[in-house]
Amino acid sequence: MNMKSKAFRTNAVTYAIVIAFYLICHGLIMSGNMSSLMKGLMVPLCYYVILAVSLNLVVGISGELSLGHAGFMCIGAYSSAIFAVLVDGKMPELLELVLALIIGAGFGALFGFLIGIPVLRLRGDYLAIVTLAFGEIIKNVVNAVYLGIDENGLHFSMKDSLSLGLSENGDTIINGAQGISGLPRTANLTVGVVLVLITLFIVLNLIHSRQGRAIMAIRDNRIAAESVGLSVSKYKMMAFVISAALAGMAGVLYSHNLSALQATSKNFGYNQSIMILVFVVLGGIGNIRGSIIAAVILTVLPEKLRFLSDYRMLIYAIVLISLMLFNSAPKSIAWRKMMSERIRMKKEENRTGAAGDKDGSGEEA
Amino acid sequence: MKMKRTMCAAMAAAMAVSAAGCGNSASTSETTAAAGGSETTAAAGGSETAAADSGASAEGEFVLGGSGPLTGSAAIYGNAVKNGGQIAVDEINAAGGINGHQVKWIFEDDEADAEKAVNAYNTLKDGGMQMFVGTTTSGACMAVIAETENDNMFQITPSGSTKDITAPANVFRMCFSDPAQGTKSAEYIGQNKLATKVGVIYDNSDAYSSGIYENFVKEAPNQGIEVVGAESFNSESKTDFKTQLQKLKDAGSELVFLPFYYTEASLVLKQANEMGWAPKFFGCDGMDGILSLPDFDTSLAEGLMLLTPFSADASDELTQNFVAKYKEAYGDTPNQFAADAYDAVYVIKAAAETAGITPDMSVSDITDAMEPAMLEVKMDGLTGKDISFDEEGEPNKAPKAVEIVSGAYKSLE
Amino acid sequence: MSSFLSYLINGISLGSVYAIIALGYTMVYGIAKMLNFAHGDVIMVGGYTVFICTSMLGLPPVVGILAAVVICTVLGVLIERIAYKPLRGASSLSVLITAIGVSYFLQNAALLLFGADTKSFQSVISIPSITLMNGEVNVSGVTIATVVSCAVILIGLTTFINRTKTGQAMLAVSEDKGAATLMGINVNRTIAITFAIGSALAAIAGVLLCSAYPVLSSTTGAMPGIKAFTAAVFGGIGSIPGALIGGLVMGVIENLSKAYISSQLSDAIVFAVLIVVLLVKPTGLMGKQIQEKV
Repeated sequence: MNMKSKAFRTNAVTYAIVIAFYLICHGLIMSGNMSSLMKGLMVPLCYYVILAVSLNLVVGISGELSLGHAGFMCIGAYSSAIFAVLVDGKMPELLELVLALIIGAGFGALFGFLIGIPVLRLRGDYLAIVTLAFGEIIKNVVNAVYLGIDENGLHFSMKDSLSLGLSENGDTIINGAQGISGLPRTANLTVGVVLVLITLFIVLNLIHSRQGRAIMAIRDNRIAAESVGLSVSKYKMMAFVISAALAGMAGVLYSHNLSALQATSKNFGYNQSIMILVFVVLGGIGNIRGSIIAAVILTVLPEKLRFLSDYRMLIYAIVLISLMLFNSAPKSIAWRKMMSERIRMKKEENRTGAAGDKDGSGEEA
Repeated sequence: MKMKRTMCAAMAAAMAVSAAGCGNSASTSETTAAAGGSETTAAAGGSETAAADSGASAEGEFVLGGSGPLTGSAAIYGNAVKNGGQIAVDEINAAGGINGHQVKWIFEDDEADAEKAVNAYNTLKDGGMQMFVGTTTSGACMAVIAETENDNMFQITPSGSTKDITAPANVFRMCFSDPAQGTKSAEYIGQNKLATKVGVIYDNSDAYSSGIYENFVKEAPNQGIEVVGAESFNSESKTDFKTQLQKLKDAGSELVFLPFYYTEASLVLKQANEMGWAPKFFGCDGMDGILSLPDFDTSLAEGLMLLTPFSADASDELTQNFVAKYKEAYGDTPNQFAADAYDAVYVIKAAAETAGITPDMSVSDITDAMEPAMLEVKMDGLTGKDISFDEEGEPNKAPKAVEIVSGAYKSLE
Repeated sequence: MSSFLSYLINGISLGSVYAIIALGYTMVYGIAKMLNFAHGDVIMVGGYTVFICTSMLGLPPVVGILAAVVICTVLGVLIERIAYKPLRGASSLSVLITAIGVSYFLQNAALLLFGADTKSFQSVISIPSITLMNGEVNVSGVTIATVVSCAVILIGLTTFINRTKTGQAMLAVSEDKGAATLMGINVNRTIAITFAIGSALAAIAGVLLCSAYPVLSSTTGAMPGIKAFTAAVFGGIGSIPGALIGGLVMGVIENLSKAYISSQLSDAIVFAVLIVVLLVKPTGLMGKQIQEKV
C-alpha cells in the first residue's frame, strides 16, 4: 500500500511539473513575454520529451539499447504527412490532426512490431546495431520513394518523379529527397503538452502495472523471469511496440510543426537517435522525470549557446562530456554522496541543536 | 535515490532560470514594439548579439539577418554566405548605408536542418532582423518560407534553389532555380551538339542535386539527348564513385553530367582518371570553386564545362575587387555562395532605395514596399549583368558557359 | 566480366579501408567493452595531420604518416585518460554517450582549427597503377597500398597478440578483467595500450582513406566510422579476423549492390544484409557465443 501511494505521489509530481510548465509558458506567450525563439521551440520541446520518455521505456524499463528510435519518428512523420496532403482542406483542422496522430502512432506501432520480431531475438550491442541499421534503412528508403496522385489514383516509384507517369493535373506528394512540402502547421503548445501527458500516462501506468513489473523482471534477470513463466518475447515486444507508437506520434507532431518534411541524417538519422539516447542517459536510465528535464535542457541549451557563435557546438560537446562525467563517474558519485551526507549531517546537527555524533544517519541514504 | 532527487531539483532549477531568462530578454523587445506601434530596431535590446551595440541601433539602422550551416558537413556553404554578406554590408556602410541608414548583418547557424533553421530564424527575429537573406540550403529554406510568409518578412535566398521556395510573394531568389539549371544545361548540351549519349550522377539525398537532375532528364529528349544512365549517391557515401562511373562507362556515355558541388566532383574527376576513362564532363553552378580547391590537380579538370553565373577568375573590376577583399578577410577564394550572398545584399539595397524604406517601418510594411520595388531592380552584380526579378521572385540573369582550359576558365560564348 | 572485376576490386579497396578502421573498433571493444564512437574522428585527425605536414609544411610523406601515427596515438591515449577512464565501472551507456561527446568535440574543434572549407588531399602514396585484362581493368596504386597495408596490419596484429606478453595481457583482460587483475596484469595500462594501438591504426586508416578519396573536412571520418563499426559487428565484434572479413564483405556488397541493384538503395542493402547475418548468427560471422550464467 505504502509502495503504491509513493508511486502515485511521484507520478503526480511528474504530471504537475508538465502542467506547471505548460501554464507558465502559455502565460508567457499570452502576455507577449516570450521570445520568438522560445515560442518556436515549444513544439520541438514537446516532441523531444515524448521521444525521450518513449525511448526510456525501451532503454530504461525494458533494458534494450535501441539506436533507431528516430526511424519510428520518421515513419510517423511521413505517414501522417501523406495523410495530411491527401485530405488537405477537406476536413476540419482538429479532426485532421487527431486522425493524423492515430495514423502516425499506428504506423509506428506496426513497424515497431515488424522490426521487433527480428530485433528482439538479439542481445546487447548486437541489438543496438540492428536497430541502428533499421533506422538507417528507413531513412534511406524514404529518400528514394516517389509518390504522386492524379485522377487515376496513387502512383508510386523508386526511381524518380518522372517515372510516376502522372497525368497533367497530377500532384507529386513525396518527391524523393526533396520530401513533402505544403504541410499544414497545426501543431501548437497545447496539442504538444496534451500528447506529452498522454505519453506520460501510458508509460507511467505501464511501469506500475503487472506487465511493467514483468518487463522489469525480464530486464533484471531474463533467465530467472523465464523460469517463473514470464513470456520474454511478449513483454519485450510490448515495450518495444508502445515505444515505437509513441515515437510515431512525436513524428506526427514534427511533421505538423514544419511546413516541409525531408528525411536527412540530422532529423531522422542515427544522429537524432543518439541525441534522444543522450537525453535518456543524462536524465537517468529508467527515470522518466529525468528524461523530460534532460530533453528540455539539452534542446534549449544549444540555442541558448548561440551567443558563443563559432564556439557553440564545441562548448556544447564539452558540457555534454562534463555532465556525463559528473553524473556517472564512480568517483564523482562517491564524492557527491559524501557532500550530500555532510550537508545532511549539518542540517541534522542544526535541527537537534546538539553537537553529538550521528553515525547512524549515514546508513539510511 | 535521494541523490537523484537532488539532481532533478538542480536541473529543474536550471531550467526555470533559463526559461525566466528568455522571458526577461523577450519582454524588452515585445514591450518596446508594442509601445512604438511598430517593430523598431531598438526592440532588439533583448538579444545577446544586439545588446552589445544597442546604442547604435537606436539611431536607426537596418538589420539584415542571414542563416546557413556554420557547423556540420555543409558548413562550407553557410560560412561562404555569412562572409559574402558581410563584405557587401561593410561596403554599403562605408559608402553611407541604405537610404542614409547604416546596415547591420547578423547571422545564425542553422545546421542545414529544417527545425534548426526555424530556430535560427526566430533567433534572428529576436535580434531585430527586418529583412532576411536566407537560408543557404534548399531543404531548410522550404521550412522557413512558411515562417517568413506568416510574418510577412522580406526574404531573399542567396542559394536555395528548389523551385517552390519562391512560391510565397515575399520570397525572392538570387541563384538560379533547379528547373532553370537543369533545363539550361540540357539545352546547352543539345544545341552545341556536345553529346547525344549522356550519363548523369547526382546526389539523391540533396534537394538541389536531385532537382536539377530531374529537370535535366525532363528536357533531354527535346534536345535530342539520350540519358543512358542515371546513377546516384547520397550524403553518407559520397566518396566512392568508381562503381557509378564504371556503369556509365559501360552504358556508353559520351558526356557525364554532374549536377552537384565541386568537392564531390573533384573526386569524380580523379576516380575517372584513375579508371583511365575520359568522357566530357559538364557541371552546374555548384561546380564553380573546383579550381580554387587547394592542392587540386587542375589538369584533371581539363575540358570540364560548366554553366556558372560567377567565376572567381573573371577579369571584371567588380569580381576582382570582391575576390581580393574576400581573400584578405577570410583567406579563401570566394565561391558561388559568397557571390550570391553579396549580390543578394546589393539587391536589397537597390530595392530599398526604390521603395524608400526606413528602419523605423514595421517588418510587414517594409515587405509590402519591397515587393513591388524588387520588380524594378536592374543591377550589375557578381553573378550576372542586368539582373532583374520577375513576379515569381526568380532572377533574370544569364549563366555563362565556361570551359576549363589549362587550369583556368575560358568563356565559351 | 571486366566490369564485374572492376566492381569487385573497388569493393575490396573500399572494404580494406573499412577493415582497418574496424580493427580499431573491434580491439577497443574486445578489451574495454565499449563502443568508441569517437574512433572515426581520430581518422579525421590523422588525415589533417598528414595534410598539414605534407601540403603546408612541405615535409616528405613518410614524415607526415609518422607524425599522424604519433599524434593519433597520443590523442587516443589522452581521450581514454580524460573521458573514458573516470567512467570505468559506470554503465556502458554512460561511456557510449561520453564517446559521442568526444566525437562532437573533435569534429567541432577541427572545424574551428581548419575552417569549414574542404581540403583537397594530395595522395601520399606513389605506387603506379597496374592494368589487367588488356587494359580494361585498372587497379590504382592506392588500392594496392590499401590492400597490402591491410594484410600487413592483420598479420602484425595477430602476431603481436599471440606472441608478446602485452598481447597476451590484452587477451586476458578481454576474457576476464577481474581474473586478469588477480594474475598481476595492470588492467589500466593494458587498456591504454589498446587505445594507443587502435588510434595508431586509425591514423593509418586516415592516410589511406584520404589518399583514396582525397577530400578532407571535419566530418570526413564520421560516416566511414559508422560503416566500419557496422563491419566490425558484421564480422563479430571483438574478433580480429572478423573485422577483416566484415570490412571486406561490407565493401564488396556496397559496391556490387550499387552496380547491379540500385545506387540509391545501396546503403539500405548493406544494412539489410547485416541484419540477416545477425539473425542467422546473432554474434556476427566470427563472434564468440557467450554462455549466460544465472
